[in-house]
Amino acid sequence: MHLKYESQLREPLVKGNKNYHQVTEDIISPIEAKPTTLWYVGFYIAVALLMFGVYSVYREVTYGIGQWNLNKTIGWGWDITNFVWWVGIGHAGTLISAILLLFRQGWRTGVNRAAEAMTIFAVMCAGQFPIFHMGRVWMAFFCLPYANSRGPLWVNFNSPLLWDVFAISTYFTVSLLFWYSGLLPDFATVRDRAKTKLRKNLYGTAAFGWTGSTKHWQRHESLSLVLAGLSTPLVLSVHTIVSFDFATSVIPGWHTTIFPPYFVAGAIFSGFAMVQSLMLIVRKVFALEDYITLGHIEAMNKVIVLTGSIVGIAYLTELFMGWYSQNKFEGYTFWYSRAYLFSPYGWSYWGMMACNVLSPQIFWFRKMRRNVFVTFFMSVIVNIGMWFERFVIIVTSLYRDYLPSSWSVYYSPSKYEIGFYLGTFGLFFTCFFLFAKYFPVIAVAEIKYVLKTTGDNYKEKMGHLEHASAEVFAHSGHGHTTVDNHSSN
Amino acid sequence: MAIKKFVVGCFDNEDTLFPAVKKVRTAGFKIHDIYTPFAVHGLDHAMGLRETSLHTAGFIYGITGTTTALSCISWIFTKDWPLNIGGKPHFALPAWIPITFELTVLFAAVGMVLTFCYLCQLAPFVKKHHFHARATDDLFVMVIECTDKTNTDDLQAFLTNSGAVETDLQIAEADWWIGSYDEDELPLENKKVLAA
Repeated sequence: MHLKYESQLREPLVKGNKNYHQVTEDIISPIEAKPTTLWYVGFYIAVALLMFGVYSVYREVTYGIGQWNLNKTIGWGWDITNFVWWVGIGHAGTLISAILLLFRQGWRTGVNRAAEAMTIFAVMCAGQFPIFHMGRVWMAFFCLPYANSRGPLWVNFNSPLLWDVFAISTYFTVSLLFWYSGLLPDFATVRDRAKTKLRKNLYGTAAFGWTGSTKHWQRHESLSLVLAGLSTPLVLSVHTIVSFDFATSVIPGWHTTIFPPYFVAGAIFSGFAMVQSLMLIVRKVFALEDYITLGHIEAMNKVIVLTGSIVGIAYLTELFMGWYSQNKFEGYTFWYSRAYLFSPYGWSYWGMMACNVLSPQIFWFRKMRRNVFVTFFMSVIVNIGMWFERFVIIVTSLYRDYLPSSWSVYYSPSKYEIGFYLGTFGLFFTCFFLFAKYFPVIAVAEIKYVLKTTGDNYKEKMGHLEHASAEVFAHSGHGHTTVDNHSSN
Repeated sequence: MAIKKFVVGCFDNEDTLFPAVKKVRTAGFKIHDIYTPFAVHGLDHAMGLRETSLHTAGFIYGITGTTTALSCISWIFTKDWPLNIGGKPHFALPAWIPITFELTVLFAAVGMVLTFCYLCQLAPFVKKHHFHARATDDLFVMVIECTDKTNTDDLQAFLTNSGAVETDLQIAEADWWIGSYDEDELPLENKKVLAA
């Protein structure tokens, strides 16, 4: 049965004495204020990084892949590492907005908007790497299947690399649609409060003429639910397909059947860490502590410790199989190239183990889960660890292949490789700064929807009913007569 | 263009809104629409709106995507340009599942969003009459369409008795049009700010 009111045993999702207008005021007013100096500083740093990235890409496009330190043996290095890293980060948004919607996790309302935005920006960053790795980027459209004048020479539909083209572009499109359809009502809220003509017109255009009609809301709910249902298998499929890029090859270290679940867990792990990093800053800067509460942070930390442990089990399983299969090449890759600390890349494996498996175990303690500083520190550590993971998978499997004469002793990135990576940080944060300033960072309409169920002040008013008897509490609210909203109007 | 006369009643609480909807409908008035700041569950049923069939449209778009992917890939790889990949079958269904799935999702999602926008008549630059600026903030705005016989004063009093905190009579365009927002449409209290 659906309860109209939630028990006081559950932590409130909205703190403080709020009514509908207060929610609008809290979330929309930062948009209407002038950007702070700190915002400008952050934004310009991001733009500067982006410019450096553009220059690095310019070098790469003009002079070729040789600007990077990749070689014939290590043909995938920082570029594909960064690609998988960004795509992984891009999984949390849709997980939060889709899977948690289907699982009826109320706490998603506080963080879903920013997490979805993060998803979109992360996928935008991810896409740059395979595209520019093509070398002759002006031929990038060759990977689209269309009747061309080259035969027609079609793309290879049996190749995981082409599946990736479809998976990433579909994921980007669907995430964008999901995000934007959720934004329409909130843009309308900003439009209807606008004090200047320019803002009215900009947000009016962005709101598509949304009025809040009941029929439109009904369709909107249906749309959100179906998009959530579609996105749930989609988000799992995307990283599964990314893992197929490796798993369908015959390279020891890549040729592994556990890759799909292992990659998906890793993606959720790194995505939640990135959400934590961003949301901790956003809630502080925009004073949104009432909406992104310690309860939200704790819930996400629980997901981090769960997925971190899944990833840890995957690492151990790989090691076990490296021995159990009694395959010389597998054993060499896993036990020498990776796990042996003094092998050329042993440091990256143990860096990964420390960051991804050992350190998140701190979140078994409630005090740590609810500590903002520990959480922020850990979220950065986890993302460093997840970068190491992709580096380990890609480079330690490639650098010593079947033919010892082609072994590559060491690979370190050129400054343009690093510049490209920093450039995607620039792109990501430029977008995120703009988003945080000009978009409602929390889904206003969704918060209002759960306000009377999970808001602090409303729960308190229901306390006496709950204490009276469970029966009375369960049946209350269906007559829509119990809680009044006049308290602070 | 359909310019009509409307009586507008604003409610500040969904607990008073629901009984009011019932009363207004029982009294035989035609509710043009109720504008709410968020999705109020059960309001569509209270107003007697039928269920949306948007999800059915989504299903149809989805299977369109499935068939598009399967028919295109199988035609390309078996008829148009069969590639010998290690002597494996040309009709390699398992390898086509990922792309088929992605296109199913893509068609369903894009199709549904476009249908949603079409049904709700939402698009950039589309402008609609807003009966109350706070309908997207904290008011539930019930709009009743008037006929020649409607006694608007009585109806406004009736709405106030039902719990409306504010009532109003408006003559407005019921459909959408293309246009931009001008200063006259900014909320009243803000004009003073501009003038000062």
